Amino acid sequence: MEERLSSILSSYEGKREELIPILQQIQGEFGYLPEQAMLEIARFARVPESSVYAIATFYTQFRFTPIGKKHVMVCRGTACYVRGASRVLETVEELLGIKEGETTEDMEYSLETVACIGACGLSPCIMINKKVEAKMTRKRLTDVLGKGEAAEA
Amino acid sequence: MSLEDTRANAQQQWQALQDSDKPVILVGTATCGRAAGALEVLDVFRDELPRRGIDATIVEVGCLGLCYVEPLVCITKPPRPGICYTNVTPKKAVALIEGYLVNDDCQAGMALGVLGDQGLEGIAPLLETPVFKHQVRRTLARCGVIDPSNFDHYLAHDGYAGLTKALKVGPEQVIEEVKNSGLRGRGGAGFPTWRKWQLCREAPGDEKYLVCNADEGDPGAFMNRSLLEGDPHALLEGMLIAGYAIGAETSYIYCRAEYPLALERVRMAIDQAKQHGLLGEDILGSGFNFHIKVKEGAGAFVCGEETALIASIEGERGMPRSRPPFPAVAGLWQKPTIINNVETLAGVALILQHGADWFAEYGTEQSKGTKTFALVGQVKNTGLVEVPMGTTLRKMIFDIGGGVLGDKPFKAVQTGGPSGGCIPASLLDTPVDYDSLAAAGSIMGSGGMVVMDEDTCMVDFARYFLDFAQKESCGKCVPCRLGTKQLLDILTDITQGKGTTEDIDLLVELGEAIKMGSLCGLGQTAPNPVLTTIRYFRDEYEAHVIDKRCPSGTCRALTQFVIVPETCTGCGLCRAACPVEAILGEKKATHEIIDERCTRCGACREACPFGAVTVAEAKQDKQLSG
Repeated sequence: MEERLSSILSSYEGKREELIPILQQIQGEFGYLPEQAMLEIARFARVPESSVYAIATFYTQFRFTPIGKKHVMVCRGTACYVRGASRVLETVEELLGIKEGETTEDMEYSLETVACIGACGLSPCIMINKKVEAKMTRKRLTDVLGKGEAAEA
Repeated sequence: MSLEDTRANAQQQWQALQDSDKPVILVGTATCGRAAGALEVLDVFRDELPRRGIDATIVEVGCLGLCYVEPLVCITKPPRPGICYTNVTPKKAVALIEGYLVNDDCQAGMALGVLGDQGLEGIAPLLETPVFKHQVRRTLARCGVIDPSNFDHYLAHDGYAGLTKALKVGPEQVIEEVKNSGLRGRGGAGFPTWRKWQLCREAPGDEKYLVCNADEGDPGAFMNRSLLEGDPHALLEGMLIAGYAIGAETSYIYCRAEYPLALERVRMAIDQAKQHGLLGEDILGSGFNFHIKVKEGAGAFVCGEETALIASIEGERGMPRSRPPFPAVAGLWQKPTIINNVETLAGVALILQHGADWFAEYGTEQSKGTKTFALVGQVKNTGLVEVPMGTTLRKMIFDIGGGVLGDKPFKAVQTGGPSGGCIPASLLDTPVDYDSLAAAGSIMGSGGMVVMDEDTCMVDFARYFLDFAQKESCGKCVPCRLGTKQLLDILTDITQGKGTTEDIDLLVELGEAIKMGSLCGLGQTAPNPVLTTIRYFRDEYEAHVIDKRCPSGTCRALTQFVIVPETCTGCGLCRAACPVEAILGEKKATHEIIDERCTRCGACREACPFGAVTVAEAKQDKQLSG
């Protein structure tokens, strides 16, 4: 981890304005923000650790636990809400056996909600690893989550 | 090569594409197209055409705004004009190749419209179809027409002509032109763009900044995303002109991370502009230097507020501060800073390209020009539309939008996102402009327009927005931090059957106090969804607190679903849709809902094609107190 960390940090100067981009790149690399990385960033930018945590906890994008292979984000935008997003979330929770904010034990799936994906004309939507899936129904959810007949191994 | 030489070349190439003997196939591959399967369709054309020895040009384009019939493909096979096909699946793509490209039958059954002003074989001209007839597409004119990754396509369509003009007439004249156009900020509040610019230009200091707010925090809106994906250079040109006018050399595009394709397209456009000397030092020999950096938003709605956005770029928590001083005087790193929305800046490029008078041809006295809207929710033709300011809500929802999905009764339309309000059917003839929407208790906002039918509960809808506002409140000021939480708690109580009549008045009193006492726009507008729904749908609140009943069947604690025996045909669709096996009934016999098992999810009601599943008139056998 240390090598990957220092290689990322070496492309920055350690300015305050770089903190968010650094956190974003590190999360992009590891899938989450490991504690060790948080300490390294603070040292690198010469700010207290609390400052780095203050930023990372403020923005919804950042997380402190590892993420599953398939990152499922259920859109809770207005258009999706009007077309039944709350039932979509319930169904995904049921199919994956986890609640919002959790990851399956086998590290296959993580489930989060997102303010809006921006595909409102095709609501309700979910996003799996940056791919938008539109017009979700129970059947479509079962298909795209690969939870058909062999569900819940 | 000078820009004008490059333009001449680009125009020649574009004309050659139009005059080509080969068929030209446009596939819309913006995010909505992709979500509907456009990339799979694109693959079919890429694989099948060479396999069959058909020589054709395939172009990926942005979004035409017709989300409801994505994926879209437009085929021009000379000598016929281009024909626009809808809902193209991989199978239909094969049918188009075989039927039209091989056998010369233009497959009129799959077509929506034909380009140009003449119909063809029973297909209407595209611009005469109801969806397009009432639109005036200016900001979106190039979206869905040009290849957004092709710099020459932008250049061939007046691209960067606005910048060339700006550099010729000088900064003061640019501000004058924008002033004459009457352009007001398209991000929500509608502040005159020129006045902000003037303030910044006159502010002392050599170091000034321009920031483009492309965070599009309003859930239910995607105008900016579509423009960035379909015509990214339009934003860059607007930023160059704005930077030149206010005297900024450094600028930022603050765009949300949830828009990966938009970010990719913007970064590509920036690289292209650099290669052509349109970004960097001494642009087009004018002595003007300009740089654009991209910042990815990390997910905070409050960062749509100017001072919070500035804090976020500086690497702080995105918390607003009190104004004045306004950012135009002391913004990013305490330097004069202008923050403009994507659509505002794209409008600036158009104004410089075509002139202030051209821009002001459309619109009302106080709201000039056209505006893009994301027409979504329970409406037939969901998508992105652009209309003159002052177009009525009715025209937008019923003429362009085709009316309510499933022809259900219209209940309300929500404009302005979490800061806006709900407008009822009685106000459908309200013209859409800044002042009329404000008078109705809502706001223009960035352009989200969510249509609701009778199955939407207005109390739960208000609760949804307050849940959002409460989660997104940054916590700096007390009225917003605690007030939105209290509003949410009261609304939640009402939706769970624990509300009282006094609660409705308390919501109004508290809402007004939060509006007055909050530090920034988030708190000042967060109560709007509650206040407007109480103003226009008070009877629905009263049904919840007095009759303990949710008329729309949304609030689960207050709902009981029943099957009307006279209407039920015994088709069994409701039984199949029920996730908890709460519906019994033999095929062709009346079905019945077992209330103890029912979770009130409403899947049966949605599945029933006959409208036989309804909300019980009065709740039976349920203790709702406490």
